[in-house]
Formats: sequence, C-alpha cells, structure tokens
Amino acid sequence: MAIDLAVNQVSKSFGAFTAVEKVSFEVPQGHFFSILGPSGCGKTTLLRMIAGFTPPSEGLIAIRGRDMQGVVPNRRPVNLIFQHLALFPMMTVGQNIAFGLERRREKRGVIRRKVARILERVGLPGFEAKKIDQLSGGQQQRVAIARCLVLEPAVLLLDEPLGALDLKLREQMKVELKKLQVQVGTTFVYITHDQSEALVMSDAVAVMNAGRFEQVDTPQNLYHHPQSAFVARFVGENNAWTGRVRGGDAAALQIDTDDGCRFVCRAAESLDAGSPVELFIRPEALLIEPDEGIADLNRFEVQVRSILFDGANSRLLARPLQTDTELLIALPQNRQYDHIRVDDRIAVGWAPASGICFAAS
Amino acid sequence: MNPHRRYRFSLPLVLFLSPVLIWLVLLIVLPHVELLLMSLRVEGDDGGFSYSLANYRQFFDEPIYWLTFVRTAVYAILVTFLTFLVALPVAFYITKVVSPRRQGLLMLLLLMPFWVSELVRVYGWMILLRESGVINHFLVGLGLWEQPVEMLYNDVAMVMGLVYTSMLFMAVPLVSVLESLDDSLIEAAHDLGGNIASIVFRIIIPHAMPGIVSGCIVVFMLTLGNYLTPNLMGGKNSLWFTEQIYNQFIASFNWNQGASFGFLLLLLSSLVIWAGLKITRQKLGKVVQ
Ligand SMILES: Nc1ncnc2c1ncn2[C@@H]1O[C@H](COP(=O)(O)OP(=O)(O)OP(=O)(O)O)[C@@H](O)[C@H]1O
Ligand SMILES: [Mg+2]
Repeated sequence: MAIDLAVNQVSKSFGAFTAVEKVSFEVPQGHFFSILGPSGCGKTTLLRMIAGFTPPSEGLIAIRGRDMQGVVPNRRPVNLIFQHLALFPMMTVGQNIAFGLERRREKRGVIRRKVARILERVGLPGFEAKKIDQLSGGQQQRVAIARCLVLEPAVLLLDEPLGALDLKLREQMKVELKKLQVQVGTTFVYITHDQSEALVMSDAVAVMNAGRFEQVDTPQNLYHHPQSAFVARFVGENNAWTGRVRGGDAAALQIDTDDGCRFVCRAAESLDAGSPVELFIRPEALLIEPDEGIADLNRFEVQVRSILFDGANSRLLARPLQTDTELLIALPQNRQYDHIRVDDRIAVGWAPASGICFAAS
Repeated sequence: MNPHRRYRFSLPLVLFLSPVLIWLVLLIVLPHVELLLMSLRVEGDDGGFSYSLANYRQFFDEPIYWLTFVRTAVYAILVTFLTFLVALPVAFYITKVVSPRRQGLLMLLLLMPFWVSELVRVYGWMILLRESGVINHFLVGLGLWEQPVEMLYNDVAMVMGLVYTSMLFMAVPLVSVLESLDDSLIEAAHDLGGNIASIVFRIIIPHAMPGIVSGCIVVFMLTLGNYLTPNLMGGKNSLWFTEQIYNQFIASFNWNQGASFGFLLLLLSSLVIWAGLKITRQKLGKVVQ
C-alpha cells in the first residue's frame, strides 16, 4: 500500500529541552492514524513539524514519497486543523472555504461548485453566506474540516479538534468524523489526549509520552497487549499493583504484591526473582464470585466500598481484605449481582492470562 | 423593564456629569459659537459691523487661500497614508515577531521621542538635514558629495517630519488591535496556501480595520492642525493652511477672516473623516472604543 506520510527519526529540541525525541512512523494511504498522549508530551510540536511551521532539529519527513525538508507550509500537500479551529471571523463560511481554492487561482465557477459540494458533504448545505459567529461549536468544527478537505490534501492533520466541544457533541462528532474519513478516503493524522477518541476512530494509534512513542499498534492490541506500563495505565482503565517477583517465567510469573497478595500472571519478558514489578488488571478481567470449578484462578476476597452505577459501565469500588489498595471491578448489568451491597465481602478472581506485569522503573 | 427608562435623566446623574458638561460647554462649545459668530461678522467703513458670508466668499475668490487649503488636505491624507505604511510593519513586528520581553522595550523606544516637545523633535531633524548639518557633514567628509546639499525646506522634508511626528499615534492603536489577532489565523492562512500578500490583505488588514481607522483619524486631524512642523521644515512657498489662519489672526489682524478659515478647516476634517468612515464601512462608535 502506498505510504502517504513517513516520519523518520524526527527530533525537536527547544534549547536544552527535547520536546520530540526520535519519532518514527508511517501512515499508509487512507488510514486514520492517531497520536495519543498526555498534555505537554509534544503532540502539537510533532504535528507542526509535519505541517511545516516548525523545522525539525533532526530527522526526515516525507509526504507521498517527497522529502519535505525546506518546503514552506503553503507548498506542502497537507492541511492542519488547529486546536481552536482558527476560522477567519472576518469572512463568511463560503469565503473561509474558498480561501485556499482562490490561492490556487481556480476559476470562480469551479470554486463555487466545490464549496457547495464540500458543504453538502459535511452536512451544512447552503451555509455559504453565514457568518462564523452565527454557527454552533459543532458547525464550526465541520466548516474547519470542509475548509481543509476542499483542497484535497494528501494528509489531513487534526490537532485535538474536538477538545473545545462539550461531551455529548464530542461523542457525536467522533462517529461523524470517522464516517467522513471513510467516505472521502483522505489520510488523517489525528492527535488527542482522549483515549476513547483515539480507540474509536483509528486504524492505528501511537501512544506518546514525554516526546517518545511508547507503542504504535491497532487499538485492540493497545488495549489487550500493552507493551509498557505507561500504555497499560494510559489506554483504558486499569487496576495497578506494585510488587516483587518470587519466581516462574514470563508465561506464569509468581508475584508477591507490596500489600501482601500472591498472584500468578503473564509478563512481557522474564524477570529475575526479587526484581520490582508493576501489575495491571482490567476491571472487566476481575470476575465476581467466580465458579469454584475454574482452575488456576488468582482468587482473593474483597470488601465493597461503593457501587458506582453508570449503566453498562457500572463498577464496584472494592478493597482486598487487610489492604488499602482500591480496585475497580466491572459490574455486569445482567441482574446477577443485584444482591451486592456496600461493605459486603465477596470473592473475586482473575485468570493469569488476563493480567500483565512489567519491570518497575 | 422598560428600556426607555435607561435614558431618563435623574438628578444624581446630572450632578455626577456636571463637571464634564461644564467643561465641555466652557472650553469647547462656547469658543466655537464665538468663533462662528466672529467668522460671520464683517466690519463696515463706519466702524460698526454687520453679519454676512463675505469672509467665506473671500476664501473662494482668492486662489492662494483655497489652493493652500486643498494642498493641506491632500498632503494630510498623504501623510496619514505614509504613516500607516510605516506603522503597520512596525506594529506587526512588535506584536507578532519579537519575544514578549523585548516587546516592552520596543514600545518604549517608540515612545521615547515623544518625551520631548515637538519643537525639540523638529529641531533635531533640522540639525540632521540642514546644509551645515550632520548628514551633509558626513557625506561630504566621506567624499560622496562634492558640496553640501540643502535637504530642508522642501515638501519631502516636511512630509517626512510630519510622518515622524505622527508615528506613535498610528502605531499604538495598531499594536493594540494586532495584539488581539490570534496567531493561528495567520498560520491557518499560510497553511491553506496563502502568501504574504493574501495574508496581509485578507487577514491582517480586515482584522485591524478598527485600529487602522482610529489611527488614521487621529493622525489626519493632528497633521491637518499641525503648525510647527510644516512651518519649520517646509519651504517658503509650501504653505500649510494653519499658517494662513495664523497670518490672518496675528499678521493681518483680521480676526473675522481667521475665524472663517478656522471653521472651514473644522468642516474639512469632519468631511474627510466622514468620507473615510463611509469608504471603510466602519462605525465611529466602534472605532473610538
Ligand atoms: N516554542 C517553544 N519553545 C519552548 N518550548 C516549547 C515550545 N513549543 C512547545 N514547547 C514545549 O514543548 C512541550 C510540548 O508541547 P506541545 O505543545 O507539543 O504539547 P502537546 O502534547 O500538544 O500538549 P497539549 O495536549 O496540552 O496541547 C511542552 O512542554 C512545551 O512547553
Ligand atoms: Mg497541543
């Protein structure tokens, strides 16, 4: 498959501070690629290097096989949707979208037709004459997307475009953005600090931390097979324990947690006895009152602290007996567990394959 | 609530506003009424006077008067435009290019010349430009010119002096309006394929329009009413209209004629500003904010 964007060993330093460090990735044509990371990890800096606003300190960026070194932003076949959209308030919706086409000296009639067509595509037909400040947040969002898509860029870069919207609208735009991307088939590079946005929309996600990529993978793999403690903690919800290795190998490592529990789990690599580890278990991997017949389960008892009801996403907050560790346990809403009350003691278990541990740093 | 109530006068409001009202009436309205009456007054042969438009007719009958008038207007507009051309890049540099720390320093440098009076500033230019001045001294000393050239007392020197005098009044509103321009708008235009010209004309100028208009109004009025700079730096036959007014009041002692000239100047500046606002489709209320 043709590669639309190739980033090779790119770094960026501001003085002594390194904002982006040796980042490499490739995005095939038509893919939705997300970069997920906490605030300040260097996402915007990376995107601005691709768009051409910041020159990289090191490394190469190629778009559709063409090296972009020294190419100014207005000559790059990429467009950027800014964190705060940056729509031109002095122009109408139509003029905003026509801006790029006019710079290419396209004919008036062609421009008018293209603007009308793209507005229809983003679900705002006939909005040409509206002023920017007459639009709602979601509509402004779509105009910003239309303004870039009408130029048919090789790659569309999006810098947390949903960040300014309220939760409900964000959920809705998430689905719409993905649909739109599939329809137009443009390559998207999307940055966000919201893991659910990244997981829902992307073909591949890169998890970024302190300027580096921790893991580049499909959303499913990131969730089920994180390759570092940071990814395990950042993507999806996880219960974490710290502890030490007692013995065993990577497939079945025996661990003593610092709060006195004893577990067997799989590990990313084999670890020496006595070395410190971090152990992660997803809330839905903790089974409530597991059947006595299931072999090899890590079993222990917990006391329920509170019941966090949230529809299909309901959970129990519980503590293993004689510890201060707080655990989140998924509470399936199939009425089987309706009898559970606060302060109840219940049995909990999890299969060794569903926990994962990493050497603690 | 009834919206009309907001405009009803109450006693405390009147008391509160009275210093301002008295100040306005005493210092602005009364002198102008007096000036208007004076401009309509014509002295007869018998020492008495009558009211007529004779002073205004005199203005149109005598070409030297209205030629100076037109010249002053054209040059004031030119000076305003040149000041804008110089101040826009300066304001852009201060707000968008330098680091915030140096921004203050540059603003200070911009302000510095205005700590001394206009007279001193103009003399500064004269010391530089005159035949025995600093620039001539250096150029002749370096052997670039055979002999000193008189650079003062012409229209170019006068316009330059006026632009210099007006710079601050254009730069300050431009700086404040450009400060409110979001950098990402400029970057977005650049990203969408815009070059410098399209960014300036489609993004920066439309955004800065209120600041541009208010700066232009101030600079135009100050230039039109300037007396010192044109008088000291302009040539003998490059008259400014304020000099005509001065001549009528002081030299010819014809206060009535002088008053009519003063009124014509007031009319001119109001007219040009009104036309400017119409052309740029700005509202006065928004501009003076
Ligand atoms: N021009 C600059 N000079 C110095 N440091 C900078 C500059 N631009 C960014 N940084 C630093 O680089 C780091 C990464 O910034 P960046 O804007 O890329 O973060 P981000 O991941 O986009 O964060 P957010 O999610 O909050 O937008 C930050 O610590 C920031 O302070
Ligand atoms: Mg950012």
